[in-house]
Amino acid sequence: MSLETQGRAWQEYSKGLWRENPIFAMVLGMCPTLAVTNSAINALAMGLATTFVLVGSSTLISLLRNHIPKQVRISTFIVVIATFVTVADYTLEAIAYDIHKELGAFIALIVVNCIILGRQEAFASKNTVFYSIMDALGMGSGFTFALLLLGSSREILGSGSLFGIDLFGPHYEPWVIMILPPGGFIMLGLILLGFNALGEWRQRLRDETRTGEAA
Amino acid sequence: MSGELLYIFISALLVNNFVLSYFLGLCPFFGVSGKIDTAVRLGAATTFVMVVASLCASFLHAFVLPYAPYLQLISYILVIASTVQFVEMFIKKISPALFRALGIFLPLITTNCAILGLVLFQTSRQYSALEGVVYAVGAGGGFTLALVLMAGIREEAELSDLPKVVRGTAMSLLIAGMISLAFMGFAGLFSGGE
Repeated sequence: MSLETQGRAWQEYSKGLWRENPIFAMVLGMCPTLAVTNSAINALAMGLATTFVLVGSSTLISLLRNHIPKQVRISTFIVVIATFVTVADYTLEAIAYDIHKELGAFIALIVVNCIILGRQEAFASKNTVFYSIMDALGMGSGFTFALLLLGSSREILGSGSLFGIDLFGPHYEPWVIMILPPGGFIMLGLILLGFNALGEWRQRLRDETRTGEAA
Repeated sequence: MSGELLYIFISALLVNNFVLSYFLGLCPFFGVSGKIDTAVRLGAATTFVMVVASLCASFLHAFVLPYAPYLQLISYILVIASTVQFVEMFIKKISPALFRALGIFLPLITTNCAILGLVLFQTSRQYSALEGVVYAVGAGGGFTLALVLMAGIREEAELSDLPKVVRGTAMSLLIAGMISLAFMGFAGLFSGGE
């Protein structure tokens, strides 16, 4: 592998982690994000399942990209995605029954996760297999990272534990609202607020160095 | 019998509101809730797709899926996609202005998880075709209600003086959290009387 390919592969992978993070920067795929993040373990399972579907369908779509007629591409994408979701659904049911039961219909609902369809339309249908896989892995990792962040903060505040391990001892009064639906909205709102504030702060820092140089 | 139907309806409309307590259909909830007018119409279109999809899903569940259970997801999503295509052509013909106002969010009803969620829940709860339709109307009504409430608050918020960091999605999420908190008050609606 030449240095150039390696560099571009890394670029395609890393953009999903932060700069184009599907949740923090593009605000896509909100439904599973909020619905399953009441504990860290559910968030992790959801993130991994989504990454699997994303990588699988990106590979297939990118292989088929020259054979899919333009008019029916969306339907084709959906059918391919639905197939991979069915695989993920049955696999999870076989290896981790409890988690599957807790996530319920939300595994099936990965089909309509806009991140996946969005990546097929914007990337996999236009690029070679290798880069599509890198892009899918990056977006998947970024999504999993965001889910884990949200899931762990909600679990720590709402039940005083992380991955089911008690953190604060018996005297901690859990902030129950955080694992209920309103907590999901409020927590993600606060995280996005932090994300905006960070972006603004970096922008200001950049402006200041620029004016400093000019002076 | 009618009591059961009323229960399904109210439960989907208020107590287990699709948007505010199941987190389904959030993309249009944040995307199209800028104006009350558009919100009502998108809600109506979504409700219609829900009812048709629910009927088709009952049919598939009764006659096709017993022979091929692994086709469940694929057949449901195809039914929804075709219904949306039909609604799109219908609205384009009847009201081009509405067609333009809804823009990209009309075809995106296909990937509105509220609809796929509805048919999946209806299947897993073993609803009959009639119960399914009532459930669809309740869920659609609940979706419209949430959308309109959100649009009303956002129209007001446009005019108020907010710091730049809060504007946009972060604020919408915090508002949604408050509305969701208020809707939790409906939780005891049925347990109290019984």
